[in-house]
Order: sequence, then structure tokens, then C-alpha cells
Amino acid sequence: MTLYEHDVIVVGAGGAGLRAAIAANEEGADVALVTKLHPVRSHTGAAEGGINAALRDGDSWEDHAYDTMKGSDYLGDAPAVETLCQDSPEETIQLEHWGMAFSREDDGRVSQRPFGGLSFPRTTYAGAETGHHLLHTMYEQVVKRGIQVYDEQYVMDLAVTDHEDPEDRVCQGCIGYDIKTGQLNGFIANNGVVIATGGPGQMYAHTTNAVAQTGDGQAMAYRAGVPLQDMEFVQFHPTTLPSTGVLISEGVRGEGGILYNSNGERFMFEYGYANNDGELASRDVVARAEVTEVNEGRGYENDAVHLDMRHLGEERITDRLENIIHLATDFEGVDPLEEPMPVKPGQHYAMGGIETDENGETCIDGLYAAGECACVSVHGANRLGGNALPELIVFGARAGRHAASEDGADAQIETGSSARTETADVDVPTELGRVETGSEDAVADGGELHSGSPKEVVNRALERQQERVETLMETDGINHADVRSDLQETMTENVNVFRNEAGLKQALKDIRACRERYQEVGVSDPSRTFNTDLMHTIETRNLIDQAEVLTLGALARTEFRGAHWRQSHQERKDEEWLKHTMVAWNDGAPELYYTDVILEGESKEYEPKVRSY
Amino acid sequence: MSTHVSESESEAQAGTDQQTTDRPAAQQRRLEKKRARNEQRDQASDSTETDGQTVHLKVFRYDPEVKDKQEPRFDDFHVPSKKGMTVLDGLIYSRDHYDSSLTFRHSCRQAICGSDALFINGSQRLGCQTQIDDLDQPVRVEPLPHQEVVKDLVVDMEHFYDQMDTVEPYFQEEDLPSGLEEQRQDRENREKIKMSTRCIWCGACMSSCNIAAGGNYLGPAAINKAYRFVMDEREGEDLKQQRLETIEEEQGVWRCQTQFSCTNVCPKDIPLTEHIQELKREAVKSNLKFW
Repeated sequence: MTLYEHDVIVVGAGGAGLRAAIAANEEGADVALVTKLHPVRSHTGAAEGGINAALRDGDSWEDHAYDTMKGSDYLGDAPAVETLCQDSPEETIQLEHWGMAFSREDDGRVSQRPFGGLSFPRTTYAGAETGHHLLHTMYEQVVKRGIQVYDEQYVMDLAVTDHEDPEDRVCQGCIGYDIKTGQLNGFIANNGVVIATGGPGQMYAHTTNAVAQTGDGQAMAYRAGVPLQDMEFVQFHPTTLPSTGVLISEGVRGEGGILYNSNGERFMFEYGYANNDGELASRDVVARAEVTEVNEGRGYENDAVHLDMRHLGEERITDRLENIIHLATDFEGVDPLEEPMPVKPGQHYAMGGIETDENGETCIDGLYAAGECACVSVHGANRLGGNALPELIVFGARAGRHAASEDGADAQIETGSSARTETADVDVPTELGRVETGSEDAVADGGELHSGSPKEVVNRALERQQERVETLMETDGINHADVRSDLQETMTENVNVFRNEAGLKQALKDIRACRERYQEVGVSDPSRTFNTDLMHTIETRNLIDQAEVLTLGALARTEFRGAHWRQSHQERKDEEWLKHTMVAWNDGAPELYYTDVILEGESKEYEPKVRSY
Repeated sequence: MSTHVSESESEAQAGTDQQTTDRPAAQQRRLEKKRARNEQRDQASDSTETDGQTVHLKVFRYDPEVKDKQEPRFDDFHVPSKKGMTVLDGLIYSRDHYDSSLTFRHSCRQAICGSDALFINGSQRLGCQTQIDDLDQPVRVEPLPHQEVVKDLVVDMEHFYDQMDTVEPYFQEEDLPSGLEEQRQDRENREKIKMSTRCIWCGACMSSCNIAAGGNYLGPAAINKAYRFVMDEREGEDLKQQRLETIEEEQGVWRCQTQFSCTNVCPKDIPLTEHIQELKREAVKSNLKFW
């Protein structure tokens, strides 16, 4: 066991983590990145489409904000959305100044293209591999600044003080498991911890997310007392390859790609799903249209529809979408220059996450979050394509900056249970939360709180995690992979694009069964060297917590908004549901409550309108 | 089928743990259950071998800490065959169903994170990008050659990362336009550096290069990274000169013997050998005294 001490600890080194570290470094803080992968392995590298930024004459941040509020189905918070749209141009040009290889126009300026749900072609991109370029460009800047990176160091828990009310708690650091050596390390953060661990896509069997996307940061923050917000809003991307879940960028439709059903019909228009924008409607609209086509017998085998880009011509495809040719060929065995690609919706993005304000701060002092793991909230009920990468850089930078220095503007978004406006009562079919076994054999689940000086708090957390690891290593039990696949199966079956009450209740029961079985997991690899068995076992616990929160929120929300479709509730109910779902881990039991959506922006109020494309 | 560490080994490991726990009775029960379960699992994995519809993987195993695995060996896994199955799919199946101690790096499974470069049937490839159908069986899966093996298929990448750092892999232009004004870059210039920017740091090229093996040669990936900046018109002439000086030092471009092994294995089709040759030409043009 070793104790490390830094001003700011950033957990996760994808787009948001790297940007947070650079920002904290620029504020003069001693910052360290702690990440379970090497930074260039982060999933930001798989993002394809682009970065929305109002850069050109005829466009404005106000228009970007309007499109984003509409896309969110009026569940975004205006102060957060406006911050995103105001900061994005500067952050995007910052990347250009750091040498990012954006695609270019004839005059040498960065190119922009149309994307779904946007009223102006404002998506800046680098081929169909924008995330790869963004990730590498920012990692280069981290190397340039000599920022300390602890790679292949899996953060298992946060070290948080044990005050009863989460809003009185302080985050003093975190605990890392050195994957290479099996050693546990304590990280003391003098100023703050920024969680930037990405989404929890591994809850689902069919996802565009990397295997490492297990939402560790969300689960840790949740158990430390930060509510998870709007987790029921899960984005299913309309174009993923059926056999693997590999993403086919919205850029394909942005450049003019067309969706067909098995009758050869351009169904987005012919069946009236989106009479104005067709394939470029918002993602939730297109995903539902595809599943409906398949359900009504107009799909191709594997539950797919066809995405055709051949008419764009080889030159244009090679110039702007070359990566798509490789992906379709390598992972689906289809040459998209010769034939259409089969596609279907796949889990892609978590709109919800760790509740933060627009400075990235949570209700726990010294604990910040940014990127997909956070919910500020800019995406509300549905994220527009091209809005994830600006979120990473805008809120990554803000979180890093604020963690490094106490200065900065006060946030307009209130966090924690004091922002609560309503307590919820929902009929659940099973017990939720911690399993009370009363047995000393029960597998330790982490997430304890501690008191004392920062060093004592970190040390106590360290001991607790050490004990947890020893128990998992000694226990012989079932393989975590069995539990994980059961969880993925029920989420895919019951908490997908289309949802109904019976299915959601079944999912809660299945998740409970997974949680109970988890009490019997054990790590059969006895080695301290690169024990991925141990790491995956801990990740699986995190997935269970998040799946439960998500499904609980989905069961409670009896309306149809954005990505959340409910069979018996086929309309958006603004009177009743213009509010954020919060689930907090209250002494081991999930507590559900609501806070108000903020529709009032800097100079205007965003009035909910019918969303048509 | 898969093999597991012996019971005595698990026990020895647990023995050292005992100092850190004060619950010996509970620990004893856990250990007993663990032994029983290991036996069960061994039997279960053996029984699946009878099915003819399987893919045969021969996987390299080594763990410095586990007695049975200290001597490197190959384990055989027979995985149910599936259309479109990749080598990575086969490894994941083997790990999740037969032996959870089987260790390899992987994440995105779409050829962009670069973490699962392996030596598959004698060639450096990404596990996720390689269809099993395209390979002769049994499929032999080994860690990347010329790098120290940490455990099973995991190699130490530190040397690779260090070599990347040597070329100062970051944009250094300081004379930037102000505010929201971007630097202009010609489409042609972007096209020129495009392939070089596709590197995913997988290490396949370094592993395939017998000049890089065991030496300090910068290697194809680091030189390609230098190429990415040397050829980027936005950095300007002074920096270009400075970068050329780095890559033409003793361990730089002149060590390349144009064997094309790096180019042949690159999963992103980067013309690495050509980039190295171009830098040799640039170095000659800019610094004639070398000749």
C-alpha cells in the first residue's frame, strides 16, 4: 500500500478526464490522472461523428442551445445547455490550436457538416474518427505538460467523510488497485477529485460501448451519497452493426445516407416517422422507427434495416467517412461501397449520471464529475448527435478548473437533496438496495464512509478495500461473468427502446436476483499480477447498482419523453413530468425523489413545444 | 481443455493473505468451497470437448506468481463456433466459461483502442479485427514478441510508450492566431498527414521489427508520430528542423532497413516504411552534411 498526494485527482483519462487535467494544470494545480486503461485506450477514441460548435456566420450559440433544448425534449437545464453552447466554439478552436487534425474546407478552415436535430450544419469533425483525433490530441497535451498519469490503476472507491447528510460530506481522495501488481494505493486529493469514467453501456448486451464502460465512477459516487440523475434516459443509437454493436456514425446520414426497409421503402418518410427531416430526425425518433419496421415485419434478418450510402460516391465517402468502410468490412463483412449496411439500434449513451452543477461540482464537497458519467444536465431526455464531444471538453475543462481553484462563478443549478421538490412513491415488485445477509461470508460491497483527517479518511477507505479484495480473492464462488450476462440479458429484454410496466418490474426482480447471486461471487485467479478477474468482478457490482437505479427511474416515469418510451403512456406529460429523476443511495436503500427542470436561460425561457422533425 | 492452478497454489496464496484478515474460520470455509468449485469447473470445461462445432485455440499461458504457470505453456480451449467470430470473441468466451484467470487486454473491440494486439498464428494482429474463419486451426495465440510478458497475453508496453515520448509527440506551435480564429491548413496537407494520425499505439509494428527487437531504435510507431508533426504545415520550419534532428540521430530513421514488416502488420494500414523513407529524404534535404 502506498499513499500518493496531489492537489487534484482525475479518475479516468478519456476526453473529459484529459481536458479536466489540462485545465487543473493550467490553474497551477499539481494534478494526477488515475485510469484503469492507458489514456489512449479510452473509449472517447471510438467516437466518430463530430463536435457541435457555432463557428460560422449565420449560426449562433443561441440556435445551438435552442436545438439542444428541443432535442432534450425539454428535460435539459437551460443554464447547462447555454454554457455548453457558449463554451463549445472556444473549446473546439482550442483543440485546433493544439494541432487536432480536423477535416478541412478549401479555404483551410475546419469543415462542418449537418447532423440529426440541428438547424445548421455545425458539426465539426475529423473524418469519421473525430474521437480518436480528439483523444490523442489531448493526451499529447498531457504529455507536453508532464502531467502525472497512473495508468492501469483501477479506482475501486472514493474516500469520503462519514457525515450523515451527503451535503456535509467531503471527498478526500480515492483508492486505486494497481492492476499490474495487485497493490492497493491511496490517493489523497487536497483540492478535489474529478470523476470522468464514462458511461455504463456494459449493462446491455448490445452496445456500442467498450468493454471497459462499466460506469465505475457513477456507482462509486452513488454509494458515496451523490444522487444519480435521469438514468432512465438511455440513448439507443439507430445505426449499429447487428453482429457486434459497432457504431456506424450519424455522419453517414449527415452526408446523405438513406435508411430502407425490406420492401425497399424509405420508411422515415413513407411511414411518416419524420416527414421533414427523415433520416436526420433526432436519434430516439429514428431508433423507434427502425424497431417498429422490424416488429411489423419489414426488417431484414437479424432485426435490421438497411443503411445505404453508395449514392454518395466513392470519392466523398473516402474523404469524409472512410472509417465506415473499414468498420463495415471488418466487423460485418459488408463492403458499403458495393451494398447497403445492415443496422439496428444499440445502447450508445447514458443521458443520465452523477448529478452536478454547471461547474461540474456534486453535492459532496471536493467531488466533481464530467463527461458521460455526469449529468449536468445538457442532454435531458435525448442527446443530439455531436453534443457528446463538446460536453467532454466544455465540462471537463470547467470541472478541472473549479477543482483546482475555489474561484469561479457560482452555479445556477442546485445539487443534492436540498434541491428536492418532491418525494416519490412507486410500487416496486421486490426489495431494492443492499442485501442484508447477516453473514460474515457475504462479499464486501465497498462504499463505506470514514471520519478524521484527509489521510485518516483515505487510510480507512484503503483498509476497507483491502479487506474487500482479500474476501473476493479467498471466496470461491460463482464467476462474475454469469451474473453480468444475466444482468445484460434482462436489461436488453426489458429496459430497451420500448418499455412497459410488466417488463420493467420483471427487470427489477431479475436485477435483485443478480444482486443476491453476487453475494456468492469469487475470484478464482489467485494471482496478484494483472488480475482482471478481480477487476471485472468489482465492475459487475457497479453495473448492478446502476441497472437498478435506471430501471427504478424508468418504472416511476409514466410518460413518453425523448428516449424513454412507455407502452401505456404514449404522450409527454409536461404538467406532471417536467422534472428530473433522482435516485440516492440512502444507507443502502435507493431513495427516489424529483427536482425541477430549469427552462429559464440567460435571456429567454425555453417553452416546451411538440417535437417534430 | 483449460487448466487451472493447483489447489496447493491457491492455498499458498491465501496463506499470505491470512496476516491481513482476522477471520480465519470464515476464511477456511471459503477456501474449502473454492477447492470444490475448482474441481467442478475443471470437469465442466472437459465435458464440452465432445461437440464437433468448436474452434480450437492454443493460448500462451504464463504467470510469474502462480507456480503452475511459471513455466510458460500453451492451454487448449475449444470454443463453440459462431459466424463472424473473432479471435477476441474466442478468448472472451474461454475466459468467461472455462478459466477466468485467462488474462489479456481488450476494450473497444472495434480496432480503435489498440489494446489487443497479439501474435496470432505467427503474425501481429488485433484480436478483435481478426476473424477466426480466416485462420488455420488450431489458432495459436501468443503475446506480442520482443516485449516482456507480464502475464498470459499481456506484455509490458513501457518501452513502446517511452519511445513515443522521445519524439516529443505534441503540437508545439506557439505563434497561434487569436481568439476563435483557427490555423489554416490546406486540404492537401491534411491529406498528407492523415494516415500517420491513424496510429492507435497498439505496438504491432514495433513487435514485428527485428531491428527494434531488444534495442533502442525509435521504431516505426514513434517515427510515424514524428512524421505526423514534421509534415504538418502548421508547425513551421524551425520546429520541423528541430524534429528532423531528433529522428536522424543514431537510433532514428537510418536504422530502418526497409523490410516492410511494420507496414505489413499495421492494423490501420499506415504506410509506415514509406513514412520512414520520406523522413530520410527530408533529413538529407535539410542537413546535407550528414553525407
